[in-house]
Amino acid sequence: MKSLLLPLSLTALLAAVSAVAQVDVPFERLRHAGDEPENWLTYGGNYSGHRFSSLTQIAPSNVATLKPIWIYQSREAGKWETTPLVINGTIYVTERPNVITALDGRTGRPIWNYRRPMPNDVAGCCGPVNRGLAVLGDSLYVATFDCHLVCINANTGKERWDTLIADYKLGMSETVAPLAVHDKIIVGISGGEFGIRGFLDAYDAKTGKQLWRFWTIPPPGEPWNETWGKGDSWQHGGASTWVTGTYDPDLNTLYWGTGNPGPDYDGDDRPGDNLYSCCVLALDPDTGRLKWHFQYTQHDVHDWDANQVPVLVDATIGGQPRKLLVQANRNSFFYVLDRATGEFITGKAFAKQTWSSGLDAHGHPILIPGNEPNADGVLVYPGLEGAVNWPSPSYSPLTGLFYVHGQEDYAQVFYKMKEDYAPGRNYDGGGTRNVLGQEPYGVVKAIDPTTAEVRWEFKEQTSSNAAILTTATDLLFTGTRDGYFYALDARTGKPLWRFQTGGQIHGGPVTFLVGGKQYVAIAAGAGLFLFGL
Amino acid sequence: MRFSLVRFLHAIYFPRVPLRIRLAFCAVLAVLTAPAAMAQVAAAPAGTGMAQVTVVTNLEEGHRLFEVHCAVCHGPGGEGGKGPTLAQPTLPRASDDASLIRIISDGIGGTEMPQARIDRKDVPSVAAFVRSLGSRPLEVVPGNPERGAKIYAIKGACAQCHTLRGEGAAIGPDLTTVGRRRSAAYLRRALLDPNADVPQSYSAFRSDVSLPENFLYLRVVTTNQIEIVGVRVNEDTFSIQLRDVTGRVFSFYKDELAEIDKQWGKSPMPSYLGAFTPDELDDLVAFLVSLRDTK
Repeated sequence: MKSLLLPLSLTALLAAVSAVAQVDVPFERLRHAGDEPENWLTYGGNYSGHRFSSLTQIAPSNVATLKPIWIYQSREAGKWETTPLVINGTIYVTERPNVITALDGRTGRPIWNYRRPMPNDVAGCCGPVNRGLAVLGDSLYVATFDCHLVCINANTGKERWDTLIADYKLGMSETVAPLAVHDKIIVGISGGEFGIRGFLDAYDAKTGKQLWRFWTIPPPGEPWNETWGKGDSWQHGGASTWVTGTYDPDLNTLYWGTGNPGPDYDGDDRPGDNLYSCCVLALDPDTGRLKWHFQYTQHDVHDWDANQVPVLVDATIGGQPRKLLVQANRNSFFYVLDRATGEFITGKAFAKQTWSSGLDAHGHPILIPGNEPNADGVLVYPGLEGAVNWPSPSYSPLTGLFYVHGQEDYAQVFYKMKEDYAPGRNYDGGGTRNVLGQEPYGVVKAIDPTTAEVRWEFKEQTSSNAAILTTATDLLFTGTRDGYFYALDARTGKPLWRFQTGGQIHGGPVTFLVGGKQYVAIAAGAGLFLFGL
Repeated sequence: MRFSLVRFLHAIYFPRVPLRIRLAFCAVLAVLTAPAAMAQVAAAPAGTGMAQVTVVTNLEEGHRLFEVHCAVCHGPGGEGGKGPTLAQPTLPRASDDASLIRIISDGIGGTEMPQARIDRKDVPSVAAFVRSLGSRPLEVVPGNPERGAKIYAIKGACAQCHTLRGEGAAIGPDLTTVGRRRSAAYLRRALLDPNADVPQSYSAFRSDVSLPENFLYLRVVTTNQIEIVGVRVNEDTFSIQLRDVTGRVFSFYKDELAEIDKQWGKSPMPSYLGAFTPDELDDLVAFLVSLRDTK
């Protein structure tokens, strides 16, 4: 009798101190993720992609005392790009390559590891990075670099199912954080530099069965295939879907950006607009049916993907409440669309560019001749990385401002070279070169999402792909390539706090509660840093 | 002996070229004499993993591409400038065609040599043209390097700012192997007009600004009105480090500075115009050109 009593009382004691509740995050909790700021439940913080937290313990008055609490360092070298999920005080991070770790929020100690062996011949443009996870029910979902979608028991780290998305030998790879919508897991694909034909997929969250696939390049016989010319360029035209999109539950519409057409710098064999490359797609998540599309750059030849997060904002324009979709695009323009219809409302350049004289009434950029890549090279602002690449922006409903992390004063020389398609090989039809002695700078810009006006900017020495986080105390957190995790006043852009992590920062900062106290976490170098007051 | 068009042309074009180079050029000449012919070059384009491929080399196209992509640093005739002279029979970093093709395709990490954005199939033509430059007579450098070494040490006081084999200061570039990296004409101009070309980097996005050597001339003023002049050692979003003429390193958070004046295009080096006799200048340049050792 005694031997049973002791373990029971021990269990009760542990529960009172620090035992972690079992994970159970149904769709309704994801839908209202903003109502539980103690957790961080989706890649973008909520379905609208706001990366905004209503927590208030860390404020401008005390942020100067923010200090590191613990640091978790990976066994594998190489930069991290993850945005953690946080559920009931446990932090879930994706490490490279194909590793998921659950960390105890109080101590930073691993609770479990999931490691999936990875073949060593996955091409992938930019290394075996991963941007994060989705949670639904008691499962976590990850897209592996070698193109599998894997479902893991969030409480134990044990694999439930593993579905093949695509053949990595064809140049495809996965870095994107999946998105859980209803009972489906939505996942995109990378490989825009390898002559893939892009798609967006939905899988059954319980079984891993594929439910629909939307091809981002229509085949012959379907509308817009003619925008690729007469040949077979549509089969290798890219239009990848490598950054997590957003979702409006009221309109039941999924919004997802598409990448550049391929070959990137040589448009000769793909005459036309090349739909649906460089677009935002509005899709019915139940069926994968396209509701509308908006193309930002027609017939792109500068690798200016439109994968930047399409952020959903409700605001008043001309006295009318509008449901907006806003995007700071890699091509240097900021776009304001009506997300119910896809109608272009307004837009303007938010960074230095030399290729377009502005947007026409339909939101199409008016081209300045002479900016197409050629064999001798042509200098264009912005360079290949664009005015902004993939880092997630933030929107604060309190300041009413949109915050984007990009680069400025940045040109490159673009070259066009003839290249034949070969499966799994680079297929970019050219390349770029930096300009001697040029030092483009990184920048955080605050933009009015109804007018596209830039309100303020904060300069960094060099650009970074760190995401932005804003909070209800008007703090803005992000990180730099040169290693600083720092805070700005979200209303003025004034720096309030900084910490040198010693590693490049390209991750997404998140904030949450552990034991009732607010913390901020950021991936830097190959590890995770947790800060508290 | 049977008449050979290739040998005949070879004798005309490359009279005193070592056998190894001549053999390398047989392939190129075959193309010149029969433009449609395929030339076997024992080299694989970078990254293909293939052991051997058949490539066509075309000297004329190689010359054209060289002018577009290479001449800006290496000079139109490969005589050197910002980049090393290529008009020499052996290239220290490219002992064979494969390594030359790899360098053109991939660049040289940690140096100012970037990847050339030249179509993969055209790189062998550029390599063939670069090899052809090796048959041109070497630049004649007047002057006496031994006397130049003394000028370097005493009258020029060059070691106050520069390093030779680990000795000296680090205000300006390390000159230990400068003869391999710069031409005589470039070095002469650098002595007379240092502002004509300040070493700069091609790297747009970097977490440390000083690599490769990138000597930005800086003047900073602290919030308590102390002025410091020197070269930038490093810089990030919130801090900056510089080295003054005495070699001392200063490090500031930017909010401790009232002014950061970046003097782009201006060299910290004084001009030696009028400081040396013409013979002394020749001797010093001859000494610098002789600095080619890696050991």
